[in-house]
Amino acid sequence: MPDLLRLATAGSVDDGKSTLIGRLLYDSKAILEDQLASVERASTQRGYDYTNLALLTDGLRAEREQGITIDVAYRYFATPRRKFIIADTPGHVQYTRNMVTGASTADLAVVLVDARKGLLEQSRRHMFIATLLRIPHVVVAINKMDLVDWDEAVFRDIVRQCSDFATRLEVADLTFVPVSALHGDNVVERSQNMPWYRGLPLLQHLEDVHIASDRNLIDVRFPVQWIVRPMSDAYHDYRGYAGQVASGVVKVGDSVMVLPSGLATRIESIDTFDGPVEEAFAGMSVVLRLTDDLDISRGDMLCRPNNKPTVGQDVEAMVCWLIDRPLAPGAKYAVKHTTRWSRAVVRDLRYRLDINTLHRDEDASNLGLNEIGRVAIRLTSPLLYDSYRRNRTTGSFILVDEATNATAGAGMILEG
Amino acid sequence: MSSGSSVIGRYELSHLGALEAEAVSVMREVAAEFERPVLLFSGGKDSIVLLRLAEKAFRPGRFPFPVMHIDTGHNFDEVLEFRDRRLAEIGERLIVASVQESIDRGRVAEETGPRPSRNRAQTTTLLDAIEKYEFDACFGGARRDEEKARAKERIFSFRDHFGQWDPKAQRPELWSLYNGRICKGEHIRAFPISNWTELDVWQYIEKEQLEIPSIYFSHRRRVFERDSMLLAVGPHVAPSGDEEAFEASVRYRTVGDMTCTGAVESTAATLAEVIEEVRSTRVTERGATRADDRFSEAAMEDRKKEGYF
Repeated sequence: MPDLLRLATAGSVDDGKSTLIGRLLYDSKAILEDQLASVERASTQRGYDYTNLALLTDGLRAEREQGITIDVAYRYFATPRRKFIIADTPGHVQYTRNMVTGASTADLAVVLVDARKGLLEQSRRHMFIATLLRIPHVVVAINKMDLVDWDEAVFRDIVRQCSDFATRLEVADLTFVPVSALHGDNVVERSQNMPWYRGLPLLQHLEDVHIASDRNLIDVRFPVQWIVRPMSDAYHDYRGYAGQVASGVVKVGDSVMVLPSGLATRIESIDTFDGPVEEAFAGMSVVLRLTDDLDISRGDMLCRPNNKPTVGQDVEAMVCWLIDRPLAPGAKYAVKHTTRWSRAVVRDLRYRLDINTLHRDEDASNLGLNEIGRVAIRLTSPLLYDSYRRNRTTGSFILVDEATNATAGAGMILEG
Repeated sequence: MSSGSSVIGRYELSHLGALEAEAVSVMREVAAEFERPVLLFSGGKDSIVLLRLAEKAFRPGRFPFPVMHIDTGHNFDEVLEFRDRRLAEIGERLIVASVQESIDRGRVAEETGPRPSRNRAQTTTLLDAIEKYEFDACFGGARRDEEKARAKERIFSFRDHFGQWDPKAQRPELWSLYNGRICKGEHIRAFPISNWTELDVWQYIEKEQLEIPSIYFSHRRRVFERDSMLLAVGPHVAPSGDEEAFEASVRYRTVGDMTCTGAVESTAATLAEVIEEVRSTRVTERGATRADDRFSEAAMEDRKKEGYF
C-alpha cells in the first residue's frame, strides 16, 4: 500500500507553477482527456497561443474572468509508491493567507524560483512561511533553466542566495532541483540538458523523501473528541473516548493522566470498528477505554503522567491575520485549540514582522490582513498546549471573530 | 476484520488509512459541534463509503444523526432497493425527502422543454428539508477531485440562510481546526471524503468489502446516445428525433437521476475489474456521465451557489 504525502506549492503563474503542476499531473495521468480538452478549448477561446494549464486549477468563474487564482485549490495525483495531495496556493492575491492555509497541513513545500530572476522578495516570503508553518521539507525548484542555457553557474548562484537566506530561518530539510517545467527537464525524467546535476528529478524526490519520522511519536497527546456511550443492552456500561491521536504512541495497559483534572488511570483497551488493537499512533482515529470510571469530556486531553503538555492561560504565539478588520490589543476572540473552544483577549502585540526583510516592528499597533506578528493572549480557561515547534497539533490554534464567525487568525504557540 | 491493512511499516498509515482517519475525525467533530446534523445519502458509492465511515466513527454507539435521501422520483429501482436494505442492515433512521412532493406542493416547477431533469429541483427539496428538520450540518460525499469548483471547497463549507455557497468568502481552513460556528438558520456542509479520489473510493470499497448497487457493474441495458453519453431508456427518458435505442453492455460510474446520468460501455463485472478500469480510464467520472455538469464551464459552481449538494 502506498503512503500519503501532502505538499504545498508556492509561486506565481509567472514562475511556471501551473505548468509544473500541470506536468506532474499530466505525466502521472491525473489529468484526463476531457479535462485537457476543456482546457485546450478554453485556452483557444481566450486567445492564448499555448494550452494554459492554469485553467485546469482556476475553477471559479471569477478566477477565469479575471485570470487570477483566488483560493487554495487541492489537486491529487498518484504514483505506484505514493499518493499526493497538492495544496496549490496562488502567488499574488492574498498570498499569505492562502499559503498559510495550504502550508498548515503540508509535509513538504515546493517553492518555485525563476532562474532568470533569482531569489526575489516573493520567494523569500514563500520560504519564510514554509518554515514558520514548520513544513519539514522544502524543495526549491529553480525553473526556466532552458532560458538561462542550462547554466550550472546560474543554478549555483541561486542555491547560494537561498542557502544564505535559509540560515536566518529554521529549515529542517532544504533541497534544490533545477528544472524546466515547460520542457519537462528534471520534473519526472532526468534532464539530458543538465548532466552537471546529480540529484534526483523532482517527482522522484517527492516519492523518496522520508516523512514517517517527521511525526512526533514521543509525546502522547490524545485530545478527547467524542464520547461513545451506546446505552444499548449489548453495551450497557460501555464508555469510550474517541479521538485522533495527535502525537505519540498509546498502548493497552499504559498509565495515562487526564487533563485538566490530573486524574490518573490506565488504557483498558483501544477499540476500532474493525476490532481492538494493541497500540495506536499519531494520526490514527480510535476509541480508548480506561480502567477507571472518570468524569472526562470533550476537550480534555490524555497524556503520559511523566510527559505532560503545558497547562496555562497565557500564551505567546506567532499569529497570521486572515480578515480585513485588524487584530489589536484588547480585542476578544473565540479560540479553537485541539477539540476545545474557549475565549481569549489579546493582551499585547509584541511586534509585527516584515516577512520580506524579517524586520520586527515593535511599534506596530495592529495586524492587518495577511500580516504576521507575535502576540500575547490570555485565555478564559487553561489551554493544554505544547510549542508549535514541538507539536503542530497541540501547538496551533485559530482565532474566530465572534461578530461574524469568520476565521480571523492562525496561531502558532511559541516556547514558554 | 476487513481485508487489507491500514498500517504499513512501523507507525505508518497507508494512504487509505490516513484518509479514513481524517474522515472519521471530521465526522466526530461535526457530531460534537452541531445540534442537528444529517447524513445525505444518494445510494451512490461515495455516500455508501460515508455510511461505513460513520460506522467507524460511532460504533458501538448509534449514529448521532439520521440519514436523508433526496428522492427525485427518477431514481434507479436498484438504488432504492439497495438504500432500504442497507439502512435496515445498519439499523439507522432514514428520512426520505421527495422532489415529487415539492412539485405537488408548488415549491418548484417541473422542468419542461426537450430534456427535462429534476436535478435542479432537488436543491429546493433539500433546502426545504434542512429548514423543516432544522438541520445545522449536512454530511455530503463530495470530493475535490470531481470537478473544478469543488477543488476549492472547504471540508466545513459554510451556507447562509438561503443555503447559498459564496466561493469568494470561504473561511480559511487550517490544520484540522474546523470552524463550524454559525448563526441560527445557517448551516455547514461537511465533506469528510474531500481528499479522496475516485480510485481511493473504489479501493476502499474493495478493502471494506462494501456492497454497492448492481448498476455499478457491467450489465445489459437498452440505451441511446445523447451528447455522446449513453442514457438508459426508461419511464422518464426516451430517445427523441433521430436518437436510436440499442442494447449494450454498460455500467454506471456515478449514480444520479436517470434523466441525466449516463452509462459507460464496460465489461467490468467485478470490483477488481472496475478498479482496473478506473485506473486506466482517461476521462473523469463527471465528464463521462453527468449531463448536468456540461451546460457551461461553471455549471457546478452555479448549482453549488444555489445550495446544491
